[in-house]
Amino acid sequence: MKGIILSRKIKNKLNATWMTIWTVFIFFIPLLLTAGLILKSSILLKDHSFFNLVTSSIWKPLSGEFGFLPFIISSLLVTVLALLIAGPVCLLSAIHLTQYANRYILQIMQPVIDILAGLPSVIYGVWGIIIIVPFISEKIAPLFGIQTSGYTIISGALVLSVMIIPFILNILLDIFNAIPKELQEASLSLGASQWYTIKFVLIKKAFPGVVSAMGLGLSRAFGETIAVLMVVGNVASIPKGIFQPGYPLPALIANNYGEMLSIPLYDSALMLAALFLLILVIAFNLISRLLIIRYEKRFA
Amino acid sequence: METLSVSKKVIPITNYQIPKKIQIENLNLKIGKKHILKDISVSVPKNKITVILGPSGCGKTTLLKSMNRLTDMYPDMEVTGKICIDDEDILHSGTDVTNIRKRMGLLSQRPYPLPMSIYKNIAYGLKISGRRKKRFLEKRIRHYLIQASLWDEVKDRLREPASSLSIGQQQRLCLARGLAVDPDIILADEPTSALDPISSQEIEKKFLELKNGYTIVMVTHVLRQAARIADYVIFMYLGEVIEQGPAYEFFNNPKTEITRAYLRGSIN
Ligand SMILES: Nc1ncnc2c1ncn2[C@@H]1O[C@H](COP(=O)(O)OP(=O)(O)OP(=O)(O)O)[C@@H](O)[C@H]1O
Ligand SMILES: [Mg+2]
Repeated sequence: MKGIILSRKIKNKLNATWMTIWTVFIFFIPLLLTAGLILKSSILLKDHSFFNLVTSSIWKPLSGEFGFLPFIISSLLVTVLALLIAGPVCLLSAIHLTQYANRYILQIMQPVIDILAGLPSVIYGVWGIIIIVPFISEKIAPLFGIQTSGYTIISGALVLSVMIIPFILNILLDIFNAIPKELQEASLSLGASQWYTIKFVLIKKAFPGVVSAMGLGLSRAFGETIAVLMVVGNVASIPKGIFQPGYPLPALIANNYGEMLSIPLYDSALMLAALFLLILVIAFNLISRLLIIRYEKRFA
Repeated sequence: METLSVSKKVIPITNYQIPKKIQIENLNLKIGKKHILKDISVSVPKNKITVILGPSGCGKTTLLKSMNRLTDMYPDMEVTGKICIDDEDILHSGTDVTNIRKRMGLLSQRPYPLPMSIYKNIAYGLKISGRRKKRFLEKRIRHYLIQASLWDEVKDRLREPASSLSIGQQQRLCLARGLAVDPDIILADEPTSALDPISSQEIEKKFLELKNGYTIVMVTHVLRQAARIADYVIFMYLGEVIEQGPAYEFFNNPKTEITRAYLRGSIN
């Protein structure tokens, strides 16, 4: 009897220790990652000024010139465009599905959204090459009098927006469903129309959630690699419009890591690209969090 | 153990000297196969407090919401019959439903302040009615906050979010907000059930004051509260109206066995 109790005590103790270790480990992963990236990229930073690296647009690794501006701008352009397309679509369909549509439509849509969210990104990439790229090159670009292969910033943004729609939409649906019916009834009973209620009460109440959903969508879009890489053209110069090819940071890393490492400082440069990616994602997260906190201070 | 038989017969209100404000005839409400309100016919006298009583789930809230056409929010609800307010059938009238709702203030079981400041909560309804001048708004907001006995507590913090108020204050804010659209009816669904005893008393007192200018319909679970403030009582059971009439008669001379059982506390 005593032995059993003793062994259980040891087991409990062991479990507790392990859980603590894992928790600490998870806590330190981002720190370790960042530290590793800083360590690796510091080799490049030794004889290149950070300011130059960020503002130069000349990318000639063979002659030791690493200008990251084209990649940073491509990344920002593709992501922000994707969010500009996906954001309104998600907001409107979340409002439609939770406020206007019949309940069973949502029941049909929910599994569809979940499947879309779970598709491997390479499938979106293939779909982008088969549909979006020719669509841009044959239908849309000619409208503006532009000739292009279709491997452009806008193609990347379109593919990306379709990828993040289910992700953002799922969060928004949860947010709108969590708003009590009674709040809407209160607004309606004061003589507001349903649309007025949605505009001035529902969206206002949901605002912090909407911001965080968009912020999460942005972070996710920012790091998405394969699908974008397949359609965006991957040309290392600053895109001068959305019908020009671009070269986002994740694509740069994925395309070159492991292949071009014989070039001096190249691996350090790619680590710096990864560091940019990490910093920008953290910045998006912080900004959306700050917005939420500021909002909640005003209207809980 | 006595058997409770539900009588289909509705006992008419005797001695009706007071004009009726709301008259409901043969109201039926179904959701799919679920029959929630069964052939309801009641009248609500003007400038009195009418209390709707009944055990949980008997349809009190649903009856109250149908008076305000909030039932429109649920597309699968099927409503038939007549609900007349001042002789206008609001279920079938051509009037815009928002105009119908403006004639009634609503208080719900828990206060739901709109996600904005105290000031804007009350300005909300006024703005919908097209009143936007700042001077006018400020005067009216003060007026309604005084009417809801909240002014002294909030006059220095009108720009703070309404959610920063205590629950009791929030409920009075909801009352002020409802009064601000200038209704002549107040619908209240267990307005004190989330409140502490003192805040509850304040609401009760308020209702007794307000009934000179408003027709008040209130749902409650609490028999003693009903006895304190009701002029008329509508008693419901399983979606039907079992008995309705002056409060005095209802409490002292209940006409059905099921009412007697409810008053004894043996239904719930
Ligand atoms: N939107 C709805 N969908 C389906 N059923 C509903 C809906 N609203 C109400 N019901 C059903 O109608 C019946 C009456 O509900 P209601 O809320 O009117 O009761 P109540 O008398 O107010 O109860 P309580 O005292 O608990 O508040 C219940 O059986 C409830 O389940
Ligand atoms: Mg109820």
